[in-house]
Amino acid sequence: MTASEHGYTFVEKALARAAGKRSARAGDILDITPDLVFSHDNSAAIARLFREIGAPGIRYPERVAITLDHAAPAPTTLHAQNHAEIRQWVKEQGIRHFFEVGRGICHQVISEEALILPGESILGADSHSTHYGWMGAFGAGVGRSEMAALWATGELWVRVPESMRVTLNGRLRPGVTIKDVSLKVVGDNGVEGGLYRSIEFTGDLLPALSLDDRPVLPNVMAEFGAKNAYMPPDQVVFDALEAKRTRDYTPLYPDADARYEVEYTLDVSVMEPQIALPGSPDNVVTISDAAGQPVEQAFLGTCTNGRLEDLEAAAQVLKGRKVAIRMIVIPASAEVLMEGMKRGYIQTLVEAGATVNTPGCGPCMGNHMGIPAPNESTISSANRNFRGRMGTPEAPIYLASPYVVAASAIRGVITDPREFL
Amino acid sequence: MPETHRVWVYGDNVNTDVIFPGKYTYTLKTPEDIAAHALEDLDPAFVGAARPGDVIVAGRNWGCGSSREQAVTCLKLVGVPLIVAASFSRIYYRNCINQGVLPVVLPGLAEAVRTGDSITVDREQGVIYAGDRTFEMPALSPSVQAIIDAGGLIPMLKVRFQAQAGS
Repeated sequence: MTASEHGYTFVEKALARAAGKRSARAGDILDITPDLVFSHDNSAAIARLFREIGAPGIRYPERVAITLDHAAPAPTTLHAQNHAEIRQWVKEQGIRHFFEVGRGICHQVISEEALILPGESILGADSHSTHYGWMGAFGAGVGRSEMAALWATGELWVRVPESMRVTLNGRLRPGVTIKDVSLKVVGDNGVEGGLYRSIEFTGDLLPALSLDDRPVLPNVMAEFGAKNAYMPPDQVVFDALEAKRTRDYTPLYPDADARYEVEYTLDVSVMEPQIALPGSPDNVVTISDAAGQPVEQAFLGTCTNGRLEDLEAAAQVLKGRKVAIRMIVIPASAEVLMEGMKRGYIQTLVEAGATVNTPGCGPCMGNHMGIPAPNESTISSANRNFRGRMGTPEAPIYLASPYVVAASAIRGVITDPREFL
Repeated sequence: MPETHRVWVYGDNVNTDVIFPGKYTYTLKTPEDIAAHALEDLDPAFVGAARPGDVIVAGRNWGCGSSREQAVTCLKLVGVPLIVAASFSRIYYRNCINQGVLPVVLPGLAEAVRTGDSITVDREQGVIYAGDRTFEMPALSPSVQAIIDAGGLIPMLKVRFQAQAGS
């Protein structure tokens, strides 16, 4: 078979479509016009770069979204000034897709609002923009200069990446979650395992995943060095987007004979809960190797694990029990918060001694709402635990599933959640 | 014209949180403030001792983690004109190009030099001399080289929009 005959990966198809070309191959450099671009609290800095460019206006204002989520509500006057500058900019430019403090984390809100659809492309001034793989969209992170350029011109150059196929087979045991699978993929292959690559998932685990489970894998792939990630969309995804979508779409699937640079296969049916030890998301061990480590704070939330089923998992563990350490719960969006209240999860968590904060990113990147003191350890449902991530380099961060976060809050040490389920 | 640079050598998987802490990303605006926190949680000695023209030589996956562009600009504002690494995280690599800081993918250099050593970089010939060793720099695509030559993406677009307005 010659090179021109083998099939196309998802990313080759998606970027060809975004560039208005019939086909593309790994290594090609294309100018793509994304269907949506977005930024967050960094939008004031991007607006300053935009003004420097001297463009007459935003090329496609209807394709721009802005959320206030990373330090929201503002913890200091300086942060408040930053938000004020963004609101002024949004008004000036007539940006309709603007989401105020408390609406939620960019990735969750854009997904709930169906502002991006399967087969489309989205670029965000946020490293976890790989998230949109949950619906089979091309999502990648860019820097602030690039976002300013996207506002000005509507397009950006990309290199079509090589791809890695990750096959996940089997059913998860009780108490083991898609977060554990995500950590294991990174742990087994290292934080560089997916560098520059499109991570394309397949396997019989995928159709069994709930809507809330799906974003976890592509979200965590940012820690894998990935350019983007992809899960094949099915009816679960289409139904979720149906009520709010404002345009038609055509999902994309890789060809069966597409060429993958690397293959990795995992049988999830034999897996145990996983923990990423402090310092790097690839310091991954099974729970028995971390159990008993003392932690001073438990944090449930973020774009990785702040959805309704994550609150449900924690409530299941904490029902009728008490936390021994401080536990901070931050729903990923206002919708998650409301539904969590309706179903009683929020009440269960507060009764157990946890506290609930404004939907947004919380302490994940060290801005506010639960910054640890030096030498205080946090067990977190987030995706990133590099040194210094939560505000101080001396505060160790353990990453785990919502079950493990809740169980560890009960004991004040890292705890296998299965004894509570 | 070959230029000699003093090097600061770092290891593998250095992440953006230690290059430029996230807690400063929405509040620090002036070049002086941003430069003052460069490598704050990686090498506190850097800011006080670094001189314009110094360069970073790192191991694999330099700049992994956040997309924050200040992880490049803080070094640029200190006067770092180029960064050599065995590999870069992809967003960091793009941020370098867009800031006009030359990213050089070059495995092996970090093992060949120590902090305080000097290297000589000949951009025209595409080579780096370190002690008695010579390393070849990979060529950039013409579109990427054009951004570097313009001093970054924003300056390049500025020229383009000025030309459009004038025509």
